[in-house]
Amino acid sequence: MEAAIRAEGLVKTFGDVRALDGVDLEVPPGTVLGLLGPNGAGKTTTVRCLTTLLRPDSGTAHVAGEDVLRHPDRVRRLMGLSGQFAAVDEYLTGRENLVMVGRLYQMPRRAARARADELLEWFNLADAGDRITKNYSGGMRRRLDLAAALVVRPPVMFMDEPTTGLDPRNRLALWDVIKSLVEEGTTLLLTTQYLEEADHLADDIAVVDHGRVIARGTADKLKAQVGGERVEVVVRDPARLDDARAALVRHAQGEPVVNERMRRITVPVSGGAGLLAEAIRDLDAIGAELDDIGLRRPTLDDVFLSLTGHAAEQGNGEGATTEGGDEDADAAKDKKKDRKDRVSQR
Amino acid sequence: MTVVHHEASPELRLGRLGGLFHDTWVVALRNTRRMLRIPEIFMFGLLQPIMFVVLFTYVFGGSMKIGNTTDPNVYKNFLMAGIFAQTVTFATAGAGAGIAEDMHKGLVDRFRSLPMARGAVLTGRTVADLVQTALTLVVLAGVALIVGWRPGSMNPTDIGRILGGFGLLLLLGYAFTWIGALIGLSVRTPEAATSGGLIWLFPVTFISNAFVDSSQMTPWLRHIAEWNPFSATVQAARKLFGDPGLSQSHAWPMQHPVWASLIYSVLIIVVFRTFAVRKYRSAEG
Repeated sequence: MEAAIRAEGLVKTFGDVRALDGVDLEVPPGTVLGLLGPNGAGKTTTVRCLTTLLRPDSGTAHVAGEDVLRHPDRVRRLMGLSGQFAAVDEYLTGRENLVMVGRLYQMPRRAARARADELLEWFNLADAGDRITKNYSGGMRRRLDLAAALVVRPPVMFMDEPTTGLDPRNRLALWDVIKSLVEEGTTLLLTTQYLEEADHLADDIAVVDHGRVIARGTADKLKAQVGGERVEVVVRDPARLDDARAALVRHAQGEPVVNERMRRITVPVSGGAGLLAEAIRDLDAIGAELDDIGLRRPTLDDVFLSLTGHAAEQGNGEGATTEGGDEDADAAKDKKKDRKDRVSQR
Repeated sequence: MTVVHHEASPELRLGRLGGLFHDTWVVALRNTRRMLRIPEIFMFGLLQPIMFVVLFTYVFGGSMKIGNTTDPNVYKNFLMAGIFAQTVTFATAGAGAGIAEDMHKGLVDRFRSLPMARGAVLTGRTVADLVQTALTLVVLAGVALIVGWRPGSMNPTDIGRILGGFGLLLLLGYAFTWIGALIGLSVRTPEAATSGGLIWLFPVTFISNAFVDSSQMTPWLRHIAEWNPFSATVQAARKLFGDPGLSQSHAWPMQHPVWASLIYSVLIIVVFRTFAVRKYRSAEG
């Protein structure tokens, strides 16, 4: 079956900056591709090229079977775009915004109104529909922006960082919406800097860095590439760290890593859950009290780090704040160190 | 409820020209609606020319020499066409700021991702500005009548000529909003569009016959003033209103002001619309 979105060798330079350096993508109909990468990697530029907003210097692109460069107007009728910055008119009401978009698709007025009502209902904006969107919350505005992209029920959707800057509750709500779109057969290309989001929503992931796709595949496949399960143990008493490490070393598939400040021991293993039970028994035998123990599979964070040599959150601009504050930042730092340790052992 | 049930089709109902009119109408309606929701902008836009009418009439009135007289009543009647013309050109800044804001807020991206006629977003904006300018002119003409402006007499031919004068003024204003559109697309912020849209209007409107009798200027300045497109419309409006102080210069635009005004305005529209629409299509939001 023909791909719903296909890009071949997209190149775009801005002055000296090569924003896209030969991007190839293929999204089969009805699937979700997560375009993952830090700020400035080229995600937004890719979306802008595919949605006719930007003309690439070279390369070809097709959306819903139409040539983006030759027939941009046909592409525009078949795709919806929901941007990073919610593009709705602040001084129109939610309903007026949706009706306007419908009218600009040349829907008859009555049909545009009916569709606006339907979308407001679906996006939980019915009560706010007649209010000026200037007074909407960030989450409401984002939902309205997404609704605007769905006015003509496009078979292909592009969403550029749909949840950047949203609080967790709104993010989850938006994920549900996105999932139901996909269930109904929409093909979706989604950019995100949240690994969790790509993991959760995307069938396939393309990791972008410096204007190139540096890896692609399912989340599982990418994680498998990085390899390595590990057991992570947090002991209650820092004095027992060495004992605990000694008790675990027989399970290790490499050198365990000890983080004294976090009271944490990370042990590369293979053997899954059964091994975890054994590790717990061994620690119990020496009487080491634990705050936490678990089997960790590599996250997309690890994938990203191993592919790009820098963490996903690095080089962040506005939207890329690490959520959860200091602890997460520490964890990321540890992970980086952890990674370095592993690499040096090879 | 199914929300996506795919219906999108690569065909549109309307043809190219029909689409342009339809989309322009939708965008113009949107911009007019916005103007009604932010009435402050309209109020301030109105306040400034009213202030100019009052200040120029009463402060400069007695000391301006028009032809051979410094009669304040003559100056008052001379002045109005100039103020009207300056007022319509100030719409430039509004158009520029509006378009810059749409770029800034990502609305231009939204519009450009829709299957719209190419020129519709900009044309819709300039048409909405034209409506606003017309309203401003109506109010301003009322104020002018109150302070003593007396155009022509009230017989039917004169009313036709007076309306013609306002028509030329509006055409000039419309032409200038296309310059504003290009400025709005070229600057980074709405604030820059406002100041960038205004600053060059001062030399254009002052090195002209709008506020003083250009025959009294230094020769090189006088030539600029007499060939200034803005002066042509002022002269044409004066002529059609039957106001005093027509320039007696032999410069072609002063001799044939109505034609000159039409030609200049149409030329500005054609040139700046072409550049603005091209810029819009390749805009980096």
